[in-house]
Amino acid sequence: MSRYITTRIVLLIPSLFGLSLILFILMRVGGDPVANLVRPEASPEEIATVRAAYGFDRPLHEQYLTSIGRIMVGDFGDSVRFRSPAMPLVVERLPATLQLSVVAIMIALLLAIPIGLISALYQNSALDVTLTLSSTLGRAMPNFWLGIMLILLFGVQLRWLPISGTGDWSNLVLPATTLGIGIAPTLTRLLRSSMIEVLRREYVVTARAKGLKERVVVLRHALRNSLIPFVTILGLQVAWLLGGAVIVEEVFAWPGMGRLIYRSVQVRDLAVVQAGVFIFALIVMVANLLVDLSYALLDPRISYRDK
Amino acid sequence: MSTTEVVSNPLKMRPRSARQAWARSLQRNSVGVIGLAIVTAVLVMAVTAPLIAPHDPAKLNVRARLLAPSWATRGDSKYLLGTDQLGRDVLSRLIFGSRVSVIVGGLGVAISVVVGVTIGLVSGYMGGRIDNILSRAVDTFMAIPFIILALAAVGFLGPSLINLIIVLGLTGWVTFARVVRGEVLSVKRLEYVIAARTIGQTGWRIALFHVLPNVAASIIVLATLQIATVIIAESSLSFLGMGVQPPTITWGVMLSEGRNHLATSWWLATFPGVMISLTALGCILLGDWLRDALDPRLRQG
Repeated sequence: MSRYITTRIVLLIPSLFGLSLILFILMRVGGDPVANLVRPEASPEEIATVRAAYGFDRPLHEQYLTSIGRIMVGDFGDSVRFRSPAMPLVVERLPATLQLSVVAIMIALLLAIPIGLISALYQNSALDVTLTLSSTLGRAMPNFWLGIMLILLFGVQLRWLPISGTGDWSNLVLPATTLGIGIAPTLTRLLRSSMIEVLRREYVVTARAKGLKERVVVLRHALRNSLIPFVTILGLQVAWLLGGAVIVEEVFAWPGMGRLIYRSVQVRDLAVVQAGVFIFALIVMVANLLVDLSYALLDPRISYRDK
Repeated sequence: MSTTEVVSNPLKMRPRSARQAWARSLQRNSVGVIGLAIVTAVLVMAVTAPLIAPHDPAKLNVRARLLAPSWATRGDSKYLLGTDQLGRDVLSRLIFGSRVSVIVGGLGVAISVVVGVTIGLVSGYMGGRIDNILSRAVDTFMAIPFIILALAAVGFLGPSLINLIIVLGLTGWVTFARVVRGEVLSVKRLEYVIAARTIGQTGWRIALFHVLPNVAASIIVLATLQIATVIIAESSLSFLGMGVQPPTITWGVMLSEGRNHLATSWWLATFPGVMISLTALGCILLGDWLRDALDPRLRQG
């Protein structure tokens, strides 16, 4: 097990190099980075001084290698807007984004598991068709619009819930629901189809034949075996979730990493964007690793034991 | 399509009946028909916008500001879906807004298909070290949330229609590369590919004429679904002010302007979202149906 984890972590390294290269190229094709650092009326000498001070006068490959060296020690440079190191700014806002994402995942599971189960058990019934169609509609709705509609209904019309900022749990309800509804349809669809497949298997027939209660058959035999593809998709949804967080955080003024990245893109605060995207990608990679490791827990036949 | 099928797979030799099977499946699957109808309607709307729009979408009218839809309370009979904060007709703007969605969705996905399919073909067919490097690149791209990468790229390149199309095209190729690579790996071991190699055909010829037609079905399905993703991404970026810029009319920009008038004028933020959702829904329904019709292996339930 520990060897498997080590291998996987070592394999993350080339990915992180690739990521830093993508980010580096992105920053440089976007124009002269010095232009953001000096006053618009700066003289050529002033610009040259700033350029040399930040090392932007050296050849590109050298600049890239320097930036890699810095990234390795967690130094992504200073934020132009906050006049402080970029990485701490991002890490500071990480808990808010994680809180939002975790609640969103819980809401998604609370929706997806019952709906997926009911759809599979009553396959092709009117209920199943209705549920399937509404989850397809859920896939089609842009989540910022869903967020605005929830604001319109619960914030503006009914005045039940606060529509922006932080405070107590009630501030979390609307943004987390918006994000949760965004990933629920994919999970529902997957659970439905894998349950339908599993329910046809022989061991389910056997379990029924030996007189087990339907509840035990469905929950212990069928559901558990549907969980592996389910968890895989859940892991893949983490990337989607963090992407959605950028927009949802902006709509609900939630002070997380997503909003920070968006605001930083607006003012071309390169260091913060780079640090933020880096952390986001790292979270996605770690989430996928955890998904792979969870297979061993879900399916006793899979094990990563050291040989 | 049917001719390449005959060439590529002589054992399957029933192109016409396959087309009939499609038609039958479309008749059976009313959901697919709805999808096709929505997509067609949006396309027609985009092409004929100047003819069908009841008003000039850009014409300001200070006296007709923030009028409710004609059927709502205090609505104005001249404006079916009301007017915006500058007195412009919402319906006409929605009709013209479809043009950006169609252009960005179509061209963006076309770029993704070309890039993704090429990389997937090369990766799957060549194997070895090239495959290793390309697969790692795909993994890396998969780890960056699509919308964040697009946001950062558009932000640094400067928001414009062209940049948006390029960026969404170049960030959306990963799925295509992955699926095509997987299909190539399974197809390249089939007898007819081995046969083609035995009679001395070159790698590229085999990849283009024998392997590609066999992965075409998956590409079409994925592309249809990807159009929905790209349309939603375009509207998200435009909503954030990082996409198409005014005065070009887009649903995303309409939504972000309407958001400032939520308390008084609900219709401004509501209808553009309905249009985005409907269009995306059409693509998804069409894509799901195509998946069932083109690839029986993927059929669900």
